[in-house]
Amino acid sequence: MKFTWFNLMPWPYLPDDFREKHHSVWVDIPNTLYDPQKGHFVYHQYMDQLEYAESLGFDGIGCNEHHQNGYGLMPSPNIIAAGLARRTSKAALAVIGNSLALYNPPIRVAEEFAMLDVISGGRLLAGFPVGTSMDTNFCYGQIPALTRDKYAEAHELVMRAWHEDEPFAFDGKYNQLRHVNLWPKPIQKPNPPIYIPGGGSIETWDFCLDNDYNYSYLSFTGYLRGKKLLDGYWDQVAKRGKDESPYRSSFAQTICVADTDAEAEKLYAEHVNYFYNRCLHIYGGFADAPGYRTIKTIQADVLNALSESAQNMFPSLSWKELVDGGYVIAGSPATVRERMEDLIKGLHTGHIFCLMHVGNMPDWKTRYSTKLFAEKVMPHLRDLWPEWKDDDRWWCHPMENRLQPEHGIEQARQDGRIPL
Amino acid sequence: MSISMRGIETKRGAKVRVFEAGSGAPLVFMHGAGGLFPQNPFLDTLAERYHVFAPEFPAYGESTGEELLEDMQDFALHGWDVITELGLSKPHLMGHSMGGMIAAEMACLAPNDLNKLVLVGSAGLWINEQPIPDLFSFLPHEFATYLFHDRAQGEAMLTGGLDLKDPAALKEFYIGNSKRLSMAGKILFPIPNRRLSKRLYRLSAPTLVVWGKSDTLIPPVYADRFKALIPQAEVVQIAEAGHMVPYEQPDAFVSAVTRFLG
Repeated sequence: MKFTWFNLMPWPYLPDDFREKHHSVWVDIPNTLYDPQKGHFVYHQYMDQLEYAESLGFDGIGCNEHHQNGYGLMPSPNIIAAGLARRTSKAALAVIGNSLALYNPPIRVAEEFAMLDVISGGRLLAGFPVGTSMDTNFCYGQIPALTRDKYAEAHELVMRAWHEDEPFAFDGKYNQLRHVNLWPKPIQKPNPPIYIPGGGSIETWDFCLDNDYNYSYLSFTGYLRGKKLLDGYWDQVAKRGKDESPYRSSFAQTICVADTDAEAEKLYAEHVNYFYNRCLHIYGGFADAPGYRTIKTIQADVLNALSESAQNMFPSLSWKELVDGGYVIAGSPATVRERMEDLIKGLHTGHIFCLMHVGNMPDWKTRYSTKLFAEKVMPHLRDLWPEWKDDDRWWCHPMENRLQPEHGIEQARQDGRIPL
Repeated sequence: MSISMRGIETKRGAKVRVFEAGSGAPLVFMHGAGGLFPQNPFLDTLAERYHVFAPEFPAYGESTGEELLEDMQDFALHGWDVITELGLSKPHLMGHSMGGMIAAEMACLAPNDLNKLVLVGSAGLWINEQPIPDLFSFLPHEFATYLFHDRAQGEAMLTGGLDLKDPAALKEFYIGNSKRLSMAGKILFPIPNRRLSKRLYRLSAPTLVVWGKSDTLIPPVYADRFKALIPQAEVVQIAEAGHMVPYEQPDAFVSAVTRFLG
């Protein structure tokens, strides 16, 4: 099993009456609610937590891209990852990821991901999301019906840029580049492992299987809906005659660990509540611009779409409903272990994105929960897939003699590893 | 007046359903982003005087081939492709909302190939001080508020009598709406401005601009902007009508149009 510690980086100062007073946490949220001076401390605290997770033995540390919102403060995940690359040396850097259709030209993604891979010594996991409709269509103005086509073209361009050794011309519908010639190129060959975050589009499954990419399902709607979706994915894997390595998929899960189940509720309920009721207070009209999802996907999933977009995406839910419904896995180390094992086996997944900072959780609780998970839960879940233990197709392959910048580079200079 | 339907295929390969009625000078109507309604009484009345054609754009009604049209130029050429297939010579063009934007582009592209032009609550321009609401973010129950002077009557027309509280009806509306607005988004999203204003100088046809006085989707100040860009245009504003002026005030609308077309 692989465990990546992920921070969504929510804005922790949304007012108590946010849900009642404001239209949406995304797209048109008043930006006067953001305070840059508080933001200074927020960014450093969140990045410190990611570094702390590495020190506790998490396999990866992760970030992602969202725009104009109080849910996640990373319009540029590459800036966060660059900071982490200089302060860590062991964990994979999971950037899940860069929304390909939003970069003009998307060669920028090939360049920045290559920079991250080189600076980190080959530790990049490269995510290519389509992006939520809020981000892609309503904030960044991409035409919904053409977004997937533009994404597909950008994907082709980035992969060619990474793979080809000679300059080439790219005559695309959305990008015309006479000279594509990537500098720098990534350390990992032919490219860093690719992760495709999906929200349930049927077409995404085939895209992952065509290219042997990891299908990453990020859900806040609980284990049961996640299972329905991943069952569909695994059916498709079988249909396509691919092997059933659990590392073909990953799953993002909110996890809160305390000494006892009761302590978990006492410590974390208010922060989970903050997340579901403020950070996910998304106006239904922004959830799914017409054309963002294909008609095929809508027909397969129309009732869910309606319940999400015709109303607020997440109505008020109590702690008990969130825990019983599997939205959140919370409790003592023993409880969390048991539920994680059910989840991992039930979903047949080899890689968990652990969401352990939740909503407006203070630093000490985040570290407390993280440490308990690392010491009392993670070790017991490591070997759930013994038959696939050597399958590293979806993991990074770093340079062996890479630097440890967090300890300074003097040692490397002395032992002659630095060629200059 | 009985309306017949026919299917045509353009040279590009789009399969288009066309409603046809009446006789007289040919009048081609381009519908708005919501498509034709099950009942379009203003077309019935116009068919008493003109040979009315109302093609449905791909993704609307029974028409297909939406993947063939991606940008403004494709939409405008498609409009002429349909007219070619129908064998019409110098028809009057009339477009409502998105259809007005397409008709105006067609008229700029081939100014000598049409008779007169009628733009009804037309999209295609953008005024920074008067931003048009983002219809792509509307929830199903919000459309009527922006489209009609009389919201309650409008809602009934929009849904064709469907009850949006019924899940099956909501599903049907949702899928149809996704298809239609997905297509419309190619020329209207995120801002319904594909630089028509740069090309309107080419327009030489006599032009009528019709607007609902209570239009809150594309407010009447846009009628003035069309008038400023098309010096020969006449402007008629119709009372107690919102954006869906042809549906909301069909009598006043038809009489303004027939007075102009002759």
